[in-house]
Amino acid sequence: MFELKGRKALVTGATGGIGGAIARALHARGAEVVLSGTRREVLDKLAAELGERVHVVPANLADTAEVEALVPAAEEAMGGLDILVNNAGITRDNLFMRMKDEEWDAVLAVNLTSAFRLSRAAVKGMMRRRFGRIISIGSIVGATGNPGQGNYAAAKAGLVGMTKALAAEVASRGITVNCVAPGFIATPMTDALNEKQRESILGNVPAGRLGTSEEVAAAVVYLASDEAAYVTGHTLHVNGGMAMF
Amino acid sequence: MSDIAERVKKIVVEHLGVDAEKVTDSANFIDDLGADSLDTVELVMAFEEEFSVEIPDDAAETIVTVGDAIKFLEKNVAA
Repeated sequence: MFELKGRKALVTGATGGIGGAIARALHARGAEVVLSGTRREVLDKLAAELGERVHVVPANLADTAEVEALVPAAEEAMGGLDILVNNAGITRDNLFMRMKDEEWDAVLAVNLTSAFRLSRAAVKGMMRRRFGRIISIGSIVGATGNPGQGNYAAAKAGLVGMTKALAAEVASRGITVNCVAPGFIATPMTDALNEKQRESILGNVPAGRLGTSEEVAAAVVYLASDEAAYVTGHTLHVNGGMAMF
Repeated sequence: MSDIAERVKKIVVEHLGVDAEKVTDSANFIDDLGADSLDTVELVMAFEEEFSVEIPDDAAETIVTVGDAIKFLEKNVAA
């Protein structure tokens, strides 16, 4: 079950805690993986750790030209692309009334528009091959909202709508399009929380603990697998019960 | 029938799974051959591949019948 041998995957934001875990998990199931992100040395380190079946293609997803070049580069490196994981994301938190246009635009560009462009580029080859998996990493915040994250919540909710529209268009061609929406996951970002913040967050998580990047990655592996062929347009929440839909 | 016309019709027959006699020059992909909009995108992709030619989106939009495709390709494919 959940074998990915022979599958070719591109993971954006592979420099991050969740992105790195996703890349590792896809690779562990046998997939060939292109690691993308902005920090080349971090990608190189992960590539060295993984060894074979891995390529590094750095890209800054705030740059339209680099976004447009990424899927062709990944297809060139692997001879195709079966699994696209739109994981890259940034935050520019601010209270709504104080939020600057630049903060809004930057978050929408990286978190939503780049996912649109990468998916548009990837789906072409997937249609031809009659197989594809597009998985976008959303967030619980896209479904529940969060103070200070109007831009981030909008982008993450946008991914859900985009996913459903594209899923409906390409379902008949063997391509599934889904989201994974993490809740509070232990990453360098959550390490920075103080004890009081941590306690107040955990008070809202029935599971009583933070999630792990590996638990998010496992959801991605499932959606990427042949076994998940009949699951499309879905958002799989990995949040310890923090919000139930 | 030109070589290009023959190859175009073959692609249409294969892709849409329709009878060859239905694939006339005047046949409209959607109205006559039962294609949906995604099929038309795929047909354009298949033509691009078969003839090693790029069909820009604005040109693709004007290709609604088999004859339109043949005409476009006869004009744009290097002999």
